[in-house]
Amino acid sequence: MMNLTLKIWRQKDANDKGKIVDYPISNISPDMSFLEMLDVLNQELIEKGEQPVAFDHDCREGICGTCSLYINGRAHGPETKITACQLHMRSFKDGDTIYIEPWRAKAFPVIKDLIVDRTSFDRIQQAGGFISVNTSGNTQDANAIPIEKENADKAFDAATCIGCGACVASCKNSSAMLFVSAKVSQFALLPQGQVEATDRVLNMVKQMDDEGFGNCTNTGACEVECPKGISLENIARMNREYLAASFKG
Amino acid sequence: MSKLDSKIPEGPLADKWTKHKNDINLVNPANKRLIDVIIVGTGLAGGSAAATLAELGYNVKAFCFQDSPRRAHSIAAQGGINAAKNYQGDGDSTYRLFYDTVKGGDYRSREANVYRLAEVSTNIIDQCVAQGVPFAREYGGLLDNRSFGGVLVSRTFYAKGQTGQQLLLGAYAAMNRQIGRGKIKMYTRHEMLDVVIVDGKARGIIARNLVTGEIERHSAHAVVLGTGGYGNAFYLSTYAMGSNVTAAWKAHKRGAFFANPCYTQIHPTCIPVSGDHQSKLTLMSESLRNDGRIWVPKHKKDVEAIRNGSLKPTDLAEEDRDYYLERRYPAFGNLVPRDVASRAAKERCDAGYGVNQTGEAVYLDFASAIERYGKEQAFVKGLNVEDKAVVTKLGKEVVENKYGNLFQMYEKIVDQNPYETPMMIYPAVHYTMGGLWVDYNLMTNVPGLYAIGEANFSDHGANRLGASALMQGLADGYFVLPYTIGDYLADDIRTGPIPTDSKEFDDAEEKVKGDIDKLINNEGTKSVDHFHKRLGKIMWNKCGMARNEKDLKEAIKEIAELREEFYKDVFVPGTENEYNEELAKAGRVADFLELGELFAKDALEREESAGGHFRDEYQTETGEAMRRKEFQYVSAWEYKGQPSEAVHHKETLEYENIEVKERSYK
Repeated sequence: MMNLTLKIWRQKDANDKGKIVDYPISNISPDMSFLEMLDVLNQELIEKGEQPVAFDHDCREGICGTCSLYINGRAHGPETKITACQLHMRSFKDGDTIYIEPWRAKAFPVIKDLIVDRTSFDRIQQAGGFISVNTSGNTQDANAIPIEKENADKAFDAATCIGCGACVASCKNSSAMLFVSAKVSQFALLPQGQVEATDRVLNMVKQMDDEGFGNCTNTGACEVECPKGISLENIARMNREYLAASFKG
Repeated sequence: MSKLDSKIPEGPLADKWTKHKNDINLVNPANKRLIDVIIVGTGLAGGSAAATLAELGYNVKAFCFQDSPRRAHSIAAQGGINAAKNYQGDGDSTYRLFYDTVKGGDYRSREANVYRLAEVSTNIIDQCVAQGVPFAREYGGLLDNRSFGGVLVSRTFYAKGQTGQQLLLGAYAAMNRQIGRGKIKMYTRHEMLDVVIVDGKARGIIARNLVTGEIERHSAHAVVLGTGGYGNAFYLSTYAMGSNVTAAWKAHKRGAFFANPCYTQIHPTCIPVSGDHQSKLTLMSESLRNDGRIWVPKHKKDVEAIRNGSLKPTDLAEEDRDYYLERRYPAFGNLVPRDVASRAAKERCDAGYGVNQTGEAVYLDFASAIERYGKEQAFVKGLNVEDKAVVTKLGKEVVENKYGNLFQMYEKIVDQNPYETPMMIYPAVHYTMGGLWVDYNLMTNVPGLYAIGEANFSDHGANRLGASALMQGLADGYFVLPYTIGDYLADDIRTGPIPTDSKEFDDAEEKVKGDIDKLINNEGTKSVDHFHKRLGKIMWNKCGMARNEKDLKEAIKEIAELREEFYKDVFVPGTENEYNEELAKAGRVADFLELGELFAKDALEREESAGGHFRDEYQTETGEAMRRKEFQYVSAWEYKGQPSEAVHHKETLEYENIEVKERSYK
């Protein structure tokens, strides 16, 4: 069992200035997940009649992309290729002090405590993250176009992005290039995505800029912190797509 | 006329859907612009329905409690989606998928609905590939398939262990296109708290903005619920933390019948509970049973040695292991349906053969698969197939390629490497086959109120086969509801917008505000989780994998008492005018406390064993589920003020195209 000191960002709402508050916590089992440790804290706060710490979470198995904690200066905490909900307390030791903060980015305003507004990501997808095919039941047979396994696998790897925003939170410029390039790449690698390739990359990049995300300066922090291991190759591919589209457009 | 008219079209089974589509009313494109549809829930069913209805021209308002439609819990579905494509040429057909699904559901689902599901399954794959969903492919560039439980063909399409994610992102993309066109108005971080009925028709909802706490009125010509299942009544389950029954339950309280609440799927392969702090359970995909073999030690002394750490499972000789599924069910082996596999695990653990400290775990072992694949690869590459190191290395690569993300998930949670030592698994609550009663058109008995996906009851009977939830969600949303809802809406082309200043909206809003006031101002002492955990314990111990009359009667009493205590003693911090997760949770748990009682009542009434519903009193000599002909019906419950007063209606199930026989996987 461990005793820890938590230093947690508390902010009542978007207009509040916010501050770090200290919470000692004891009897933490190494088998608990990080979010279960926060559950324990919140139960203690509720029992004392205090406001629990608000944080985003849902599936608790690393796939929904809801959780978004900046732990000891790293998105999703000290381990790699996992989300905060998959992080377990065995990654910490007795007596540790743990800083817990929200994602920090202009395009991700704080809603409360550790919860941020990521609807800017949705708006980028709405600008072009789709293939314009209506539901009919009469599209061609799924096996009509064979797709080279290597491309299909790469498209899949790009498509595994969970939209959590760790890439933005980890980037000193708050750039969303990894997120946007993952979707652009998925479709660029598939024959179905070719028809709208030009508009897609131009529109998504424009929306990304309009939302106030920063520029990419190739530091690669996003790739290191991405819980799904989305590769920087996707950014390179998007840059090629963008260049080609700009000449056409 | 019976209160339950399933509206199954006349004619031969294979022609019913085509004939029905030809017979129903259509709404012309110009008139669709005059019609509003509310969709609550944006998972596979709600998301695909929202996108398709918007493409058709309806004005859609979509609601989800998550911060983005992309996060609905469909995203966590791992293994795959079934479709009768017969790409493998292994004898699959629409009829065979229909047959497997009805049999898998232990002859408790509606024939016509299941046949339609099998029929449109192939369209789903075509549609998803056209959307850019990156399914797994073979080296020749064509789509790959794998097998799931309860079937003898390979019809499951997949994207590693993230099939639900890829399909949901496909539906999300289709929604995004319509949001961008202004045809869907998306309300995220909103929770539906009531359905508004005007002149007997569903005409809108009351929703709470979870960020500001504001109570909002939204009207439409029809309301569609795609709000998922209610497995979180058990507290611990593989559902997301936010998954809840509130939308469906509020609809039930407004008159919609709740069907077969006791049909719950308890999934055989989940990571076992590690302690009291546990907040949720994690599934290990059924696809693992393609390659993993399930076993416990044959002898109690080895069980002891494994538990106290003096024996490693990998050191136990083959002849001292009991591969109990292969032993009991030689024809299907490790790929028996979920209910059968779960009960078999419970049987071994109850008999004292569980392999972890709590005695509630069995092994899922990949050693033979690693060896088999390794030898295959070594042969292909011209290497020595007798070189153990080479074979193991190559075998691990194949297994990683197939299940890498699942193995990584397991290792992160349990801190053991499943490539080296067998996984430990135990059954957990995973899906609910029960839900709102719907007719063939997916409409509840409340006109204009529809339920799709897991929220309805119709397709899986008493047990759902693996990879069929994704199929049903997308079938309902892409290919069924968009047709059937038109038939109803055709009468509304002259209605005009539904006003929100009516007495019905006033009353519903007042009721919602009253419920919130009661919770937030309650001067209790215990947290919402305290009550939720206690409910979960009652559900798991008395309404879980095996049920009996005595336990169920106790459960009914205990849940009613717990509900009373909840209203007296729950403490909800904060106010109603802010982001307040405890308040949202309190409302959801209040509904689970009512549903739980109806669940137990339904299980008590069903004096038979069928699929996921196993009554100790009704089993064969070999311990298999014993179905009873006199229970060949759907139970649909009508709300009358208290769960205990719910009125029981029956829809008799008729099988004209399939012979009802003992369900054997031996």
